Amino acid sequence: MYKYDEYDHSIVAARVEEFRDQVNRRLAGQITEDQFKPLRLMNGLYLQLHAYMLRVAVPYGTLDSRQMHMLAHIARKYDRGYGHFTTRQNLQYNWIKLEDAPDILAELATVEMHAIQTSGNCIRNISSDQFAGAAADELTDPRPWAELLRQWSTFHPEFSYLPRKFKIAVIAAEEDRAAMRLHDIGLQIVERDGKLGVAVYVGGGMGRTPMIAPLIKDYVPFEDFVSYLEACLRVYNRYGRRDNIYKARIKILIHELGAEKYAAEVEEEFKAVKALGIDPPRAEFDRIAAYFAPPAYDAEAPDALDRSDPDFAVWLDQNVSAHKQPGYAVVTISLKPIGGIPGDASADQIDLMADLAKTYSFDELRVTHAQNIVLPHVRKADLYGLWQQLRDAGLAEANLDLISDIIACPGLDYCSLANARSIPLAQKIATRFSDIGRQRELGELKLKISGCINACGHHHAGHIGILGVDRKGVENYQLLLGGSGAEDVSLGTITGPGFSEDGIVDAIEKATDVYLRERDKGERFLDTYRRLGMAPFKEAIYG
Amino acid sequence: MKLLTGNDLASGDVTWWTGTGWSRHVEDAVDVGDQGEAIAHAEEGARRVNGPYVIDATATPEGPRPAHIKDRIRALGPTVRPDLTLKPADPNAGSWVI
Amino acid sequence: MTNLLRYRDDEAHEEPAVTLDSFLGQSNATAVRIESGEDARVLLPYLDRIALVEVSFPKFRDGRGYSTGRILREAGYTGELRAQGDVLVDQIPLMRRCGFDSFAPEAPVDEAVLAASLARYEFHYQAAADPAAPVWKRRHG
Repeated sequence: MYKYDEYDHSIVAARVEEFRDQVNRRLAGQITEDQFKPLRLMNGLYLQLHAYMLRVAVPYGTLDSRQMHMLAHIARKYDRGYGHFTTRQNLQYNWIKLEDAPDILAELATVEMHAIQTSGNCIRNISSDQFAGAAADELTDPRPWAELLRQWSTFHPEFSYLPRKFKIAVIAAEEDRAAMRLHDIGLQIVERDGKLGVAVYVGGGMGRTPMIAPLIKDYVPFEDFVSYLEACLRVYNRYGRRDNIYKARIKILIHELGAEKYAAEVEEEFKAVKALGIDPPRAEFDRIAAYFAPPAYDAEAPDALDRSDPDFAVWLDQNVSAHKQPGYAVVTISLKPIGGIPGDASADQIDLMADLAKTYSFDELRVTHAQNIVLPHVRKADLYGLWQQLRDAGLAEANLDLISDIIACPGLDYCSLANARSIPLAQKIATRFSDIGRQRELGELKLKISGCINACGHHHAGHIGILGVDRKGVENYQLLLGGSGAEDVSLGTITGPGFSEDGIVDAIEKATDVYLRERDKGERFLDTYRRLGMAPFKEAIYG
Repeated sequence: MKLLTGNDLASGDVTWWTGTGWSRHVEDAVDVGDQGEAIAHAEEGARRVNGPYVIDATATPEGPRPAHIKDRIRALGPTVRPDLTLKPADPNAGSWVI
Repeated sequence: MTNLLRYRDDEAHEEPAVTLDSFLGQSNATAVRIESGEDARVLLPYLDRIALVEVSFPKFRDGRGYSTGRILREAGYTGELRAQGDVLVDQIPLMRRCGFDSFAPEAPVDEAVLAASLARYEFHYQAAADPAAPVWKRRHG
């Protein structure tokens, strides 16, 4: 994985001192909260319900055991012994003191980590496929492209006060594991005439006005990659709406202009920008890519697996994915124990996952947008030993992509924007469907919960989505069906009137009963819904 | 009744206006009447509080109870982590929130 | 003008800046003010006779002026480029990178804080409208 050189170190160190200075000026009363807020947000520091919250960047979700141990250390020393992995592959601490934040950043910097641009109206942490570099179905490793973008976007002087936040995802496989088209810019690496470039999708997003990003350009060669994105951002910075925060995302600009007109504006701007010589040379790409070279695999690693332990066999089928290297597999550690808090991990669990990565996965871990952790390169022969250690630590829930593998935002238990709690609902649903046989019978079923319209829990993209609302001071939940964040991307549709907390668990059970009754062979819940439409589900839920 | 609440600037802790200062415990909160905005302005200026705002509450024998669930969660702590609330030893603390 | 910070060797331009509309309507103005949201590109044919462009920042959150600055510099403008309005000390280093070389903030800035901010970053990842070589150029020559 990427390692800092003197320049990276210098920039991150300067950032720590800059933020220390900004915090000191705030505490001394030299700047107001109104002025400080965008500065702290650009460093991932929010004021939430109970305390400050610090969001630490995990660039494209990749980290090593040293970094993971540091996350555990910070959880113990400055927080309350745990962290929360997020849908943007980052980690959040919920109980941070403003006065400690500069010291935390200084500690993070010692392991090449930071909180730069994890919030604010700027280009956020670049997200990517959690199986990058390991997936059997990828064209190339997307992470060198993502790292190039991380560097380009870090403290970009023109794009630090955009109309609104800006999220970019990069993938390189046909299967979209990163919800690419629900980003402000989604990039898919493609090949043309033997050369790699990117297909550029712009204007996707969730929030109160969910949209799927249209294709703006089908191929931009590497040589023009940064210039083209610079043009995309400049058009947005100049013309994106600033009169209404709810209409300030780039998706609204593209919706109002039309994709063709936006693309034409970008082409015009690109002509001016391309002449500036701002594209890094191929040598820089090669320098970065060398850090992502495949690890030293054992070419003799056997493919055979002993499936005689039935619990292990279930986990194997559910949480282990195909690796491009024979004899290896990709392991997803579920952070969704039945009745637990989706995405939370204790400091001890974080330490354990770090140790396991060091022992079994060439010292590498990934954070997934579904709030789980991946060990990307595990010898198949080691899977059973690994599983036993995970099981003993309560980390072997065999529910990847099943109904209890729920994405949930922190909701009203932690978040100052939320209208309703998300976590207790996730706990109730997982408990109702806790039987693993029943879950596997239901098959792939992505359930996503947001505690408000901002959609941090991706409810629009859930096969089953839930949106928490405030109805006259009482929590109420709307149900959506038919969304997907994958390559078959779609937005969910609201079933009808909302439910109480218990009512919505019943409604979900009724919807899954319709699926079990009506499904054709091989159909997932989503496929049956798409074939039948809303009517039979609505009838079962409200009838 | 009206309560004034906010977060401590340096620590981020939830705090409640007691009439003379700030407390972490909603039980110590006093009715600010129509003085909330003025107190908030002065206290924010003195950097003793961040993001203060006035809320509705009802007086109960156990002390003030904020009208909105959000402020009751702020007063107690996350309902999903009773161990991290202000009343970790009280198994019924959560029912006060809902 | 009070509270003007300049990073240029020449004398401050005395002529008051006119609005973009009046600039385009009269042939002899040499100083022009661009409001946030106005298109800087209409000035490109006249750059060689402009001595001062004042770019308005009505609110510090309004970042359109950063693009305005770069567009003018990238088109070869060498005159004074002034950021006027709600310009905060922590923004001036970014504005410098976008080509601004004079600042008329509405509220006074602490010059010691500003000097420290401007000196803080030795390296920059990306190319912009200042002379700083991007890190990739330093790495590869």
